[in-house]
This record gives sequence, structure tokens and C-alpha cells, in this order.
Amino acid sequence: METKFIDMITEVLEIEDRTIEMQDVFRAYDEWDSLAHLSLIAEIDDVYDVVIEDETFQQLTTLQALYTEIQKRTKD
Amino acid sequence: MPNISFENIGISGMAAAVPKNTIDNYAYTEFFPAEDVKDIVDKVGIKERRFAPTGMCSSDLCFAAAEQLINDLQIEKQEIDLLIFVSQTPDYRMPATAITLQHRLGLGKHVAAFDISLGCSAFVYGLSVVYGLMQSGGFRKALLLDGETRSRVYSPKDRKTAFLFGDGGVAAIIEQNKKFGKSYFSLNSDGALADLIKIDAGGYRNPSSAETLTEKVVDEYGNKRTDEQGYMNGADVFNFVLKEIPKNFKSVLAFSGNTNESIDFNIFHQANKYMNSYLAKKLKLDSTKVPSCIAQFGNTSSVSIPLTIVSQLQNELKGPKKLMLCGFGVGMSWATAQIQLEDCVISNVVEL
Repeated sequence: METKFIDMITEVLEIEDRTIEMQDVFRAYDEWDSLAHLSLIAEIDDVYDVVIEDETFQQLTTLQALYTEIQKRTKD
Repeated sequence: MPNISFENIGISGMAAAVPKNTIDNYAYTEFFPAEDVKDIVDKVGIKERRFAPTGMCSSDLCFAAAEQLINDLQIEKQEIDLLIFVSQTPDYRMPATAITLQHRLGLGKHVAAFDISLGCSAFVYGLSVVYGLMQSGGFRKALLLDGETRSRVYSPKDRKTAFLFGDGGVAAIIEQNKKFGKSYFSLNSDGALADLIKIDAGGYRNPSSAETLTEKVVDEYGNKRTDEQGYMNGADVFNFVLKEIPKNFKSVLAFSGNTNESIDFNIFHQANKYMNSYLAKKLKLDSTKVPSCIAQFGNTSSVSIPLTIVSQLQNELKGPKKLMLCGFGVGMSWATAQIQLEDCVISNVVEL
């Protein structure tokens, strides 16, 4: 399932020149900006049917943390 | 989220007015690098906006739209019994702008006139108030005016809002007639989210002072604004839209007993091209039934739904048409309606 998640991030952030890892700090990516953020919110809603409020989202730094948060909410 | 419905009341005509003064968003580069501007403009899909010049107010745009519409419908002004002005950029703190417009338009003193202060949901809310009052049977014709000069609300030095907003005004005449059939409304609010889109100062809670008029850096990106300029937390607004809007839209559709197939046009508040494409996809709407004017006019707050109808559907409203209208934003406040039109008269867009 992590593969699906990695694929989604790669596609949303339009990362074309490298492979991304779960321990990456996605906020540090060159591709990361407020518009990428909006695309990611929409994609997480679309793929996982999960909406993460901004306060919580701001605390998430790595892809692993984001993935864990999504997993937590899809299990509820 | 109670759903309400009305019968035999509808919009017989609509008109819109925008300032002539056109802003090319790609060239709006005084405070930001051209490359950044291009990225933002491409993503939000707002190519141009109209800015009211100094001295031009929402009421002036509504006045021009109303005169055009009254002329095109060949209405006797004495038959207008109700005038509602919807805006969060009124002329004065008092009196209500609706009352000054009653006089300016040369309407009778028997007119019931008042303002409604709401943002992006306001056209749908305003329509529901007019329909509700019309249902009493005592009003012959109602004039709903909706105008905004949001270009003046936000800081040009805050990239979160600098490229989004534009100005405009609309007018709609509402009447009773069996041809209109049934309409359905859902009106909602969530004050817990009041901080998502807000102007902190300049009202009575935080009155104007030298301090509130001082420009400050407000975040790590170096965006600047005063306490009397608006701000918006885009990510949380987007979260709110995803949570509430599809659910609300579907509830009104279900309440009406109709399906996507029997709706002719779906008009959403024009905040962001990306967001509306996403909503259309999520609600499985045929994109040819989702008109948009965001590229030309930007986000005009409550004006955006009627301005989309007037600017995009002038030749598409012959005969009976079912429309879904869905507005959402500052408050947070959101409202969905399904209305039926019958040979609705649409005036040419007036440029002031």
C-alpha cells in the first residue's frame, strides 16, 4: 500500500527526476508550495476519502508521518 | 441542514455590470517575481479581473445592472415592492445601501428595502429570503441586487489573496408565476470556522486606529497586510469545501427528486478553477454543464454565481431550465439551491 501512496505523491508533486522515500521531509521539496498543498489535499480526499484539518497537517513533516495519519483515519 | 422549498416563484431576468478597468493577472507583478505570478495564475485559472476605480462602489455596479434589466424587461418601476441588497462592501455603515438604491432607482416609498451581509454564499441566501417573502403573496416584483468590490478588501502584497479577487454587481427580478414550478434550498453555517476568512479590524470589536492601518509582515513568506485587510487560510478553506459541499449539493438534489441528468447547468461559486474542477469530478458532473467565468472576472464573492449565469448562459436559457446553484465561503457559510427558469431574460454585461 505504501507503493500506492508513493505513486500518488510523485504524481501530485510532479516529481520527475528522482525516487522519493518515506523518510523524506516533503515540505523541503523544491516542488512543495501552497498550490502543491491544495493538490495534495484534493488527492488524499479522492484516493483515501480522508480530509486532514490544517492544524494537524502542519505538524506532519515526513511522508511517513503523513502516511501514518492517513492510515489512522482510514481505519476509523 | 433542513431543506426548504418554494412553489411558483422564480427569476424572470438577470443583468450584470463590471468595471471597464481590466487587470491582466500575468502582468500584476509589482510586488512579486513574474515567474511566481505565472505559477499562481496558471494554477488558480484567473487570467483577468475587473477593479473598480476610486469612487466606484458595489452600489454603482448594481445600479447600472438594475437599470439595464428594468429596461430590457420593460418593467414598470412602481411594480417593484421589495429591494434587497446583498454585499459585504456596502457604501456606508449606515444607512443600508438598499435604501439609497430605492431612491436612486426611482422606486416607490412602499418598497421594503434592506441589506444582507454575507459573502460567497450570499446570492443563494438572498434568493431564499426573496422567495420566502414572495411566498406571502403580497409582493408583486422583487429586485435582488448583489454587488462586491473585493479588490479593495485584500492586500496586493499578500500572495495568498493578491491574485484572486475582482469586482462586479448583478441584478435579478423575481416574480410569482406558475411556470416556475418548485425550487429547493439548503442554507448552512459554521461559526467555528470564522477565522478562516476574515478582516480583523475596522468594525466595532477592533475599531480603526493608527495601529490597525499599519502594514505588517504576517508570515514566514514575507506577506504583508494591515489588520483592516482581509486574509484567507486557503488550505483550510479547501478542506472545508471538500467536507461540506459535495454532501450539501447531493442533499438538495435528493430532496428535489432529480438527478444530475435532469439538471441543465450547475453553477458553483467561482473561487478557484482547480477546486471547481475537483468538485465537478467528485459529483460526477458533465463538465459542459458547469459554466465558469473565473478566468475573466476572478473571485467576485457572492456576485460570482449570477455573474457566471449572465456572462456565460445568455443564449442557453430558452424554455424551461433547471439550475443548481452552490455558494460557499466566508463565515463559513454555504448554501445550495435548485431553481427552475423559464425563458429567463439575460441582459448584455454592462461595462462601467
